[in-house]
Amino acid sequence: MVDIGPGNRYGLSFQHNAVCRMTRTVIIGNGVAGISCARRLRQLDVEESIAVISSESEYFFSRTALMYVYLGHLRWQDLEPYERKSWHQLGIERVLARVTQIDFRARNLQLDTGQTMGYDRLILATGSIPNRFGWPGEDLQGVCGFYSKQDLEYIEGLSPGIRRAVIVGGGLIGIELAEMFHSRNIPVTLLVREPEYWNSVLPVEEARMISAHLRKKGIDLRLGMQLREMEGDVDGRVCAVLTTEGERIECNFTGLTAGVRPNIDWLIGGPLETDRGILVDPFLQTNLPGVFAIGDCAQLRNPVEGRKPIEAVWYSGRKMGECLAINLAGRKAPYDPGIWFNSAKFFDIEYQVYGSVLPNPAPGTDSIFWQHPAGDRSIRIVYDSTSGSITGINLLGLRFRHEVCDKWLREGAQIEYVLSNIRLAFFDPEFFPDFAPPLLDAYLTKTGKQLRLHAAGKLAEVLRFLKS
Amino acid sequence: MPTSNRFYRRPPHLQARQQWMVAAGMASLVCMALVALQLLPANGWMLVSTLLGLGFSIAGFAWSTYSGRHPGIQNDGVWFSSLSSRGWLAWLVAAFLTFFYCVLYWKGEWLGLRADGNVGLVGLFDPLSYGLKGQPASQWFVYGVLYTLAITAFGFKFILKYRHNRYQVLRTLSTVFFQLAFAFLLPEFFMRMNLPYNDLKNMWPLNYSFFDAWNLDALQAAGWAGKFFLIFGLLMIFAISPTLCFFFGKRWYCSWVCGCGGLAETAGDPFRQLSSKSTRAWQIEQWLIYPIFLFAVAMTLGVLYSYFTGQAHLMGISTAALRAWYGFAIGAAFSGVIGVGFYPLLGSRVWCRFGCPMAALLGIQQKFFSRFRITTNGGQCISCGNCSSYCEMGIDVRAYAQRGQPIVRASCVGCGICAAVCPRGVLRLENGPHPNRESSSPLASSFLNAPFESPKDA
Repeated sequence: MVDIGPGNRYGLSFQHNAVCRMTRTVIIGNGVAGISCARRLRQLDVEESIAVISSESEYFFSRTALMYVYLGHLRWQDLEPYERKSWHQLGIERVLARVTQIDFRARNLQLDTGQTMGYDRLILATGSIPNRFGWPGEDLQGVCGFYSKQDLEYIEGLSPGIRRAVIVGGGLIGIELAEMFHSRNIPVTLLVREPEYWNSVLPVEEARMISAHLRKKGIDLRLGMQLREMEGDVDGRVCAVLTTEGERIECNFTGLTAGVRPNIDWLIGGPLETDRGILVDPFLQTNLPGVFAIGDCAQLRNPVEGRKPIEAVWYSGRKMGECLAINLAGRKAPYDPGIWFNSAKFFDIEYQVYGSVLPNPAPGTDSIFWQHPAGDRSIRIVYDSTSGSITGINLLGLRFRHEVCDKWLREGAQIEYVLSNIRLAFFDPEFFPDFAPPLLDAYLTKTGKQLRLHAAGKLAEVLRFLKS
Repeated sequence: MPTSNRFYRRPPHLQARQQWMVAAGMASLVCMALVALQLLPANGWMLVSTLLGLGFSIAGFAWSTYSGRHPGIQNDGVWFSSLSSRGWLAWLVAAFLTFFYCVLYWKGEWLGLRADGNVGLVGLFDPLSYGLKGQPASQWFVYGVLYTLAITAFGFKFILKYRHNRYQVLRTLSTVFFQLAFAFLLPEFFMRMNLPYNDLKNMWPLNYSFFDAWNLDALQAAGWAGKFFLIFGLLMIFAISPTLCFFFGKRWYCSWVCGCGGLAETAGDPFRQLSSKSTRAWQIEQWLIYPIFLFAVAMTLGVLYSYFTGQAHLMGISTAALRAWYGFAIGAAFSGVIGVGFYPLLGSRVWCRFGCPMAALLGIQQKFFSRFRITTNGGQCISCGNCSSYCEMGIDVRAYAQRGQPIVRASCVGCGICAAVCPRGVLRLENGPHPNRESSSPLASSFLNAPFESPKDA
């Protein structure tokens, strides 16, 4: 699977490298972090050989979109963001193999294909694996997480025989699995530890909206419930789930989606310093020279204030990959995650967050919250109760403009200024209802202050604001 | 690929109701076919019952499919269905449509067109034609009625499917209105008034017969109304259209007004994901659409030259032959037979993407002289590929979105489906200041615009 031929303008190959002594960069993992790094390195026109090793898939694909293949919205090849021939044109080698061992001293990798591979620079972008907590029965057939291409294929293969699926974990992956089975008319029970869906991240009002939406979709949502064990039949297949409350739910599929953790078990105990993830400095350098870690598997020794040391999200992976490429290309640029943002979709309800919105308001903060009477749209703006600067925006069922939110949050804009200019942030398609007046009404109800709307939300205004 | 599954279960109660509706629609079509073969009588009752049968079965299908579902994107199983994933059903429909278009263009008599009193399918539509304009039907009248019915009924389906999105609802109402009023009723009304047939919204170069000698003569002979049609047609091409395109982009025409676009968006909606996004398809697009536009311009100049000078030949080429070839190859074969016949195989906008000279002209205007763009929402793209997949024009929207770059493309018809299917709210169709329309969002990559020392200097 070493893809090298005459059309490759870098003319790189294992043999060639041995002769040329070109710097050889090897990336383990072809997720968004590894691939963003590889492509950005090429874009910066760094003359070095780049190889990406993965045992998961031959071509880079969008992991966040795996569910759409199961739903039938997309085909597998539609998940690949770059044309297949582009890897060859860019001179990025793809090696389909699993790395079994790393000899950091000799700078050598042992692959499961029997090959060995030398490197000058090693980038670890091994991603995550689904959490397992040693539940009895977690190794039964029909029990799996949902993270990889292989997971998707496994679930697809089982689907015709699934009469009920139990999904454990009230996070983003759990709801994806629920939507997947729902699309095939397979009954779903969702076990959520928290009192509302994803209440560990969402404030309770928003969490309730999602819980209600799930129920409306016919999902059997069990809140405040935890998994105790899984029961197997004589063939070693899962046949029921037992909760800590002693309830027994018959099923023939169990999805374990209680979060993920860095995929580094195979590296622990070596010379590489690890904690929960691979420890890196702001330049994404590990304790070993020439070895870097990015994406889900990396743990920042000193994360910036308000950010977690490990952020297993697409956006952080992409940024880390690009940041590392820039550093490898010769510039010192510490990893700066910027203002936090994230997004998801819960069945039909889109979710966006900018800045910090906590499930329980942080001391000294307050928030203005508006919810559409239909219960499928809401806006929350969190602000510092003494200074009035906004610190976070949480949205369900509507879209805001990232750049405007980012600027407001970076500059600590005042809540009243933000509300008066809220239309600058609207990003819903044209002709959508204007949610500015009800939002201002919510502020009036809360504070007794009547605000006037300033901005009409025209693009010219938005661009002027962004330039200011 | 291992994930190429064909397993997909629909809710059973929907399936039964949907099947009844399909059966009713098929029965109406079979009745029409039997009338065409003169095995069933062609009378007013038959006409009303088959037309209503078709319309209500499509509307009923849409109702049973979407009314019970929560408003939102409804693409479950698109790639598992034989019809929408180039399965056997798609080939069957494509074969039927292609055959129908060939007969329509070149074998009108097979449909029952007779100089001494129509029979068969054309005869079936005679009562309606007499009612509207006091003349017998032609195969084009039959086609016009069926076309309008398709846009209206499938437009209803489209509106139900995208009812959470006002842009889609308004846009569809607009195309249905323009088809019904401007393309169908008004021209018939003009003919009843003894005025020349005229679809006011259908402008040159899409309406390639506008500068034909017979049309120019007819317009000049038709008094004030003819002169108005002539001047309005010229204003559309040279003033109204460029102005609207400047403010709103090509979408004002292609997905709000145009009949070809209207059919593609409504009846063609289940096939939008079939358009190829490969670089190769893009190259073919460039090498077809612009030469066809130049062909249209050259043909028209030739026809006008002959009209004003009386010379049949320009530079040794017969302008009449040039016009005839254009009509055959582009007007009939490309826009009709391939353009609609191949919906289930190549996607719904084959004609608009590869062939339409109007789209080429509007595209150039949109690319260089327009305030329209699709904005990418900072760094929110997750590269999932829904936007690219459901782009009927084959634009690789994701390639722009994941770089944070606004989409400014000549081919974009502004249908807005990319923005609708995006699960992360990344895309928005917008009109705004022209300068820097294509500059990327700095949030897509923190380092995109950062100054950079070349590694060689470092």
